[in-house]
Amino acid sequence: MLDDFINQFWPSTIDGLALGAIYALLALGYTMVYGVLRLINFAHADIFMVGTFAALWTVRSLGVSAVGGFALVGVVVLTAVVAGAVAGGGAMLLEVTAYRPLRKRGASRLAALISAIGASIFIQQLFATVVVHRVFGTSKEGGKLPVDEHFKKLTDVVDFGPIQISNDKLIVFVGAVLMMIALDQFVNRTKLGRGIRSTAQDPETAVLMGVNIDRVVSVTFVVGGVMAGVAAALYILRFEQTNYFVGFLLGIKAFTAAVLGGIGNIRGALAGGFTLGLLEMYGSSLFGSPWRDVVAFTVLILVLMFRPTGILGESLQQARA
Amino acid sequence: MERLGTLRRNKMRITGAVAVSAALALSAVACGGDDSDSGGNGNEVTIGFMGDLTGTDSGLVIPPKQGALLAIEQYNATNPKVKIKFKTYDSQGKPEQATSLALGAVKNDKIAGLIGPAFSGESQSVGPILEEAKIPSVSPSATNITLGDKGWKYWHRVVADDAAQSAGVANFVMNSAKAKKVFLVSDNQDYGKGLADAIEKAVKEKGAQTQNDAVDDKGTDYSSTVNKVNQFKPDVVYFGGYYSVAGRLFKQLREGGYKGKMMSGDGSLATGLIEGTGQQNAQGTLISCGCLIDPEGKTNPKAKKFADDYKAKFNSEVAIYSTEGFDAATAFIEAVKAGKTKPEEINEFLKTIAAPGVGKQIKFADNGELATQDIFIYQVEGNKLPLLGNSNEAKVS
Repeated sequence: MLDDFINQFWPSTIDGLALGAIYALLALGYTMVYGVLRLINFAHADIFMVGTFAALWTVRSLGVSAVGGFALVGVVVLTAVVAGAVAGGGAMLLEVTAYRPLRKRGASRLAALISAIGASIFIQQLFATVVVHRVFGTSKEGGKLPVDEHFKKLTDVVDFGPIQISNDKLIVFVGAVLMMIALDQFVNRTKLGRGIRSTAQDPETAVLMGVNIDRVVSVTFVVGGVMAGVAAALYILRFEQTNYFVGFLLGIKAFTAAVLGGIGNIRGALAGGFTLGLLEMYGSSLFGSPWRDVVAFTVLILVLMFRPTGILGESLQQARA
Repeated sequence: MERLGTLRRNKMRITGAVAVSAALALSAVACGGDDSDSGGNGNEVTIGFMGDLTGTDSGLVIPPKQGALLAIEQYNATNPKVKIKFKTYDSQGKPEQATSLALGAVKNDKIAGLIGPAFSGESQSVGPILEEAKIPSVSPSATNITLGDKGWKYWHRVVADDAAQSAGVANFVMNSAKAKKVFLVSDNQDYGKGLADAIEKAVKEKGAQTQNDAVDDKGTDYSSTVNKVNQFKPDVVYFGGYYSVAGRLFKQLREGGYKGKMMSGDGSLATGLIEGTGQQNAQGTLISCGCLIDPEGKTNPKAKKFADDYKAKFNSEVAIYSTEGFDAATAFIEAVKAGKTKPEEINEFLKTIAAPGVGKQIKFADNGELATQDIFIYQVEGNKLPLLGNSNEAKVS
């Protein structure tokens, strides 16, 4: 047991970081919306799902087969741009249709939550029954598509003896970290970012100071959607397949990561994502793969027992994110 | 359809056995009843077929139904003294539906025998009815191990059970693939885990080193399993479960640098496996199954003739369990040919039958199991899953 852990330490660490990077990107969407609106956007996982289909569509349209090296990076960037745009647009549409009308009428937070769940189911079924058939011309159930092997995966682009990193995991990790740095800069340095922070801190005062709340909320959703879209592109790079319920499990994990790091806190989402990814992998190597979630969630409960607001604390403004 | 296929298969195993027993029971009743009734009216016997014909898993049941239909039509075309009437019962794979259908088949249609039920679950519930009605059944596809242990006297199947599959896989893996280390992965579900555990036990007894792990069938990231495999460096990785999960696992194994053999069971015998793994990574993947799909006649020339006839009639290739459906019908046809038209007589005849089927020798042990428990190995080649051979003989490089 312990031998396994030691022997698999480096591969587990790398896999954990690659997995955690996707969790973290997805967790950002949950955490930002929560920070601004105090709303858990349960349809965020489905925005991710939309992103995976956009990414897969892009890769297929490019018609690439077994690309490697820098061409692969180029393909991933292009895929991420398309998926980010589609997912960002989808998130904005979601906000305008499912949340804004409720907000305008001062509906309770519970109503918004139900609206979120409804939107989630709607998007899933829309893809399951209509979109996948139309876009991919497949009659296969569940919107599953055959794996076409678009990418050439190398197991050891980075090779330091025990530490071998495959090209796809490296791109996932680096891509995710770059996106997070960009987001951090955006929220901390730009005018819109200041608007987001001020709204999170005190919406009423923010309005008095001339912040356009609707705009801030829209931007928050779009930014969260773009992050989900990039996560989706990286996910497609890793797994090359998707389906209409792909967001479900990942969404739960990402939401968990957001809570673990401190919901509403952008750097917390990062910390939570990587922690959860590593915990799952270390847990699997210690006790076997069926135990990965048991280990991860046990640690989550322990963390929340001693730090109810998560690793980095709860609010968006405190961490200056 | 193929995707559904795996699920269907599993159900089918269950159902198949049930249907067979139901059919048998029904036929027994029919014969036992009034000779002037349809079941035993001298020049016609009714043989039923029960299984999921319209439900979600019908893709696993329609091939054996067509196989059985073909056998019976070919027989009737010879203008025999006693013709066979083929009657289907659509249980949709549901045990409760199968039960009422079986009662109706026994009482109203007076069937002399039943082919099916296709799945193991419906087989469990129909079995007792057929026992009581004394009607013989032959399932083409129910593979659950426990069905043979019920002490049913009227129940038979023409497919090897999951225990035989694990023994066959163990033989193949140890003798042909010459594996010293085997890594078992399952999806932690009844069928998959049962199969993986049984194979682990069987290869261990033959001296292989083993390790096991399980993956989440709803998850996508199996890298922790890949790490375990890479550390253990097995000669063979065997996955117990269905093809969609097998595809993801096999893809990640290959991408993770695993170079050894990959193998799975009947739940993965569908081209969906190749689609999910990616054609390149899937090449050479091995599949074990108690079913025979042999359109080229590698095992015997009859298989080719059957496949050609099947294609001519139904305009589709032979598929999973179509051979078994044909063989199950053949068992009843042989009985009728021998002048047995009453269920009890047919059942007596089945005890001693020794007829060559398309897939295997039709000969039953006392508990209704097929006497020869053949397991066949298939190997991915291009985008197809052609037969490699019997698990005792198949050669793999």
